[in-house]
Order: sequence, then C-alpha cells, then structure tokens
Amino acid sequence: MSNSMSAITQTEAARPDLTALRDDFPILHQTVNGKPLAYLDNAASSQRPRQVIEAVSHYEQHDHANIHRGVHTLSQRATDAFEGARKRIASFINAASERELIFTRGTTEAINLVAQSYARPRLQPGDEILITWMEHHSNIVPWQMVCKQTGAELVVAPIDDRGQLRMDEFERLLGPRTRLVAAVHVSNALGTINPVADMVNLAHSRDIPVLLDGAQALPHGRVDVRALGCDFYAFSGHKMYGPTGIGALYGKEQLLEEMPPWQGGGDMIRMVRFDRTEYNDLPWKFEAGTPNISGAVGLGAAVDYLGGIGMDAIAAREAELLDYATERLLQVPGLRMIGTAEHKASLVSFVLEGVHPHDIGTIVDHDGIAVRTGHHCAMPVMEFFGIPATARASFALYNTENEIDRLAESLLRAREVFA
Amino acid sequence: MDLKDLYRDVIVDHNRSPRNFRQIEPPRKDAEGFNPLCGDKLHVYISMQDDRIGDISFEGSGCAISVASASLMTETLKGKTEAEALALFERMHGLLTGDNEAAGDATELGKLAALSGVREYPTRVKCASLCWHTMKAALTGTGTITTE
Repeated sequence: MSNSMSAITQTEAARPDLTALRDDFPILHQTVNGKPLAYLDNAASSQRPRQVIEAVSHYEQHDHANIHRGVHTLSQRATDAFEGARKRIASFINAASERELIFTRGTTEAINLVAQSYARPRLQPGDEILITWMEHHSNIVPWQMVCKQTGAELVVAPIDDRGQLRMDEFERLLGPRTRLVAAVHVSNALGTINPVADMVNLAHSRDIPVLLDGAQALPHGRVDVRALGCDFYAFSGHKMYGPTGIGALYGKEQLLEEMPPWQGGGDMIRMVRFDRTEYNDLPWKFEAGTPNISGAVGLGAAVDYLGGIGMDAIAAREAELLDYATERLLQVPGLRMIGTAEHKASLVSFVLEGVHPHDIGTIVDHDGIAVRTGHHCAMPVMEFFGIPATARASFALYNTENEIDRLAESLLRAREVFA
Repeated sequence: MDLKDLYRDVIVDHNRSPRNFRQIEPPRKDAEGFNPLCGDKLHVYISMQDDRIGDISFEGSGCAISVASASLMTETLKGKTEAEALALFERMHGLLTGDNEAAGDATELGKLAALSGVREYPTRVKCASLCWHTMKAALTGTGTITTE
C-alpha cells in the first residue's frame, strides 16, 4: 500500500464542504427524464468545472495559434499556455522535471507509446511482460500486440475473490525473463487500489521496470510518481475533470532519453535532411505533429482546480461516499458487490439478482441517474467472477449521499419491474 | 415515457420463463450472436422439416429485452418457411427502429409487437434485434453475428 494513495481510505477531522463545489459544474444542474441528474459514471468520464471550461474557452478566444517556432505574439502565448500546463501537470504528480511529461491523447496512447518505443526494441522471443488480471483492455491489448511483434509472452498475475491482486503470485511471476511490469493503479471495474509501491519495490529488486496505468487513480487521491518509484505512469485528462483527447505519459528521464521516437513528424525533430534527421529533446521527441493545445490548457486548469481543493480532502470525501454507498446498496435485496477489496477507490460495481445490468442501466436512467453497465473494458475480470457484466456507480467529489439514496431506491424499483 | 412501455408484462414474463430455451441436436442449423457492448450472447438453433422451421430454440445470456425477444421469436417462427421468417425479420427490424412502413400493421405481429417500446431507447434496439440477426445467420448459414 503506497502512502500516497492510502489517504483514500483515511478521513480527516476538519475540511471544507465539498458539496458546495457542485456549483462549479454547470452540467450537473439539469434534469434528465424529468428528474435532477445524478451523474454516477465518473470512472468513465468525469465532468468539467467552469474553471476548466473557461480556461479552454479563453485560450480559444484569445490565445490560439500553433505552438513553438512562431515568432508572433499569439504563437508565443499559445506556447506559454501549453508549456505552462505541462509544467503544472508535471508538478502535480511530482515528476522531477517537465521533460518527463509527454502529452498524449490519453492513457491508451501513453501505454501504446511505451509498448512500441520502450518494450518492442528490447524484447526477445521468450521474454515476458507481467500484467494483472484486473487490467483494462488498454493495458492488455498493447502488450499482446508487442508480444506478437517480438515473440515475447504475456504473463498474468491472478486476483482473489475480493478482486485483490495476489501478491504472492505476483512476486512468484516476477521471473528471470520478466522485462516489464504493466499494472493498473486503481481498477476501473472493481475499484481495487493496488499496492503499487510494494509492487514497484518487488519489481525493482529484480531490476524490472514498472508502468502504472493511473487513469482511475489521479482523480481520487494524491499521486507522487517519485515516491511510488514507478518508471512510467499513464493517465487521462477526462477522468480527472479535464478535457477528452488529452492525457500524459510520465517517464523517468533516463529511460525516455534511451527510447527512440514513436511517431515521426513535425515538432519532434531538431533538424531534417533527406539523409538524416536529428530528433528533438525531451519531451517533444515524443510529440510528433501539432498537439491538442487547448486540451493541455484544460488539463492544466484541471490540476489547478484539484490542487486548490487538495487531493487529501477529495480522497477523504470520496471515502465517505464509498462507505455510504456500500452500506446503502447492500440493503437492496439481492444485490451483490463485485470487488470488495480492502483498499478501494470510490466506485461500486454490482449485480442484482433477477435484473440484468443492462436493464438496471435503463431503469435508473429513467430516474435521472447515470451509471455504467457492461464489462467496463475489463472482460477478463467479468470472466473471473463468472458474470457477463456489472452495473457500476462511480463517484466524484461533487456527488452526494442523496444521489446514492436515489440510486438505492431506483434499484428497488428495478426489482419491482421484474418481480 | 413510462417504463412499463418498455418492460411490458409479456416481456417480463418471457424473460423470467424463456420459451424454447434449449439446444437442438444435429442435424440442425445454428449460429451464435454476440453483442460485445453489453456481453449479450445468444445461440440460435433451427431444425427444418421439409421447407418449414420444424423446431427453433435458443440458449445464452442477456438482458431482459434480448432474452424476451429471443423467446418470442422462437414461439413465432415455428412452422414458418425460410422466406416467411426472413420477411418477418424485415418487419421486426422496422418495428424496432421505428420504420413504420417496413413494420407494416403491428397488430399482425401479435405478441412481437410488445417489443415496439424499444424504439424509444436507441441504445437498446440492438438487444432486441440480436436474436433476429442470429436467426437469419443460422437460416442462411452466415456464421457468427456481432452487433454493437
């Protein structure tokens, strides 16, 4: 258990009332099917506060131009906004420098970057990549692809029936041919918070580097990549109150220096001739083409917003919501939680006897409640629990106990429909 | 819109006690249908008697709409010719997607008309149509069907 994420399960004495922050989120103030919207699908995508929306809008209305190399004023402003965002995002996760923060379209692209630029040139037939059973498809498929390209093998560390990584098995599977560990920090389907600092230590004691998929971790608690010691950390803007289409890869500078560029094009070069090209410095070496500038500006505003509230305060509030939801939903007859790890982020995945998750989704939507139903892009997890799908309610800092009550009541109605 | 327009009694009933929920031993025609979006999985079996559907059944798992739709379909198609079954496929497609011209007179569809509420729920149309696509694949021998 990492110290940096353990805050998620702790509560503190005095802290601000976060529900007042609902006013920052314009989208929450609407009715859906005649009922006030209860948005409980934050693990799929969280909503944007006005501060993010306005930062993007201001950039679009006043500062937009292409970044880097332009000598005119707007290009300089856009470059400053883009690089300023990078600096603040790098600092938010406590990277050693902004050179370690590569902008990507999101977590998926960040993982693919590592698969193709770090892993592919190094892997030999028979080498192994170790993942866990609770990975999102985005931390499975890129490795399957690189295994196919290189003859390496994908090894999967199992979980227990609470949805927790079996650390004994994880350690046993760290073998002489393991070249990389790629693991999820917080499971999107189960809510499990993995003991990533311990996992990194075990891997590093065998000189095996570690990539962490942090898409579900960053919005819920403080993440310090240097305290964790991980080699790569991938995340997405839209799960942490920022825009879609922007995310980042954190990588240790020395590793990134050694890696070849992933995509070729503009911005990632220093000098191009037809017979040879010199690549740009970090982080631009990995950012071919005009990037998502306004997205980066929005993500920068999102980390400012989160920093202003304080991740410990958010973690404490969400722990309350998780406890309340767990207790409240377990009162619904026939409800079974999927994922009951000791350390969980603020989401509940469940099945309801006699009501298929897909029908739950439609019925609660009738009551203005947005939950996700399906396999959550983690089909191996569903297979492990012997179910085709779950319904999942995932919470953000702006959710309330009242919304959880409404979900519980709506689930009772769902049971009535099929009674 | 009332939930009861979607989950009508006949649908709730066929979900709870699906008819013809079993395999048919070879010789038979069969196909698998899969909706990766929600994990619905259906296997449709058909045995022909001369030029008519002598027996039709299904197995699998899915939401209430997909199970009820498959159950209702098997009840309806027994005794139909291939051409009649395929014509009904087109009418059901019309019914589910709100194409009234293709659907024709809904009263002629009998119990199947209970599925018409689905048209108000675009994300659920695939749930109701999966079994029909799978049936068509079984009849015409086109193999596994995927809808998303």
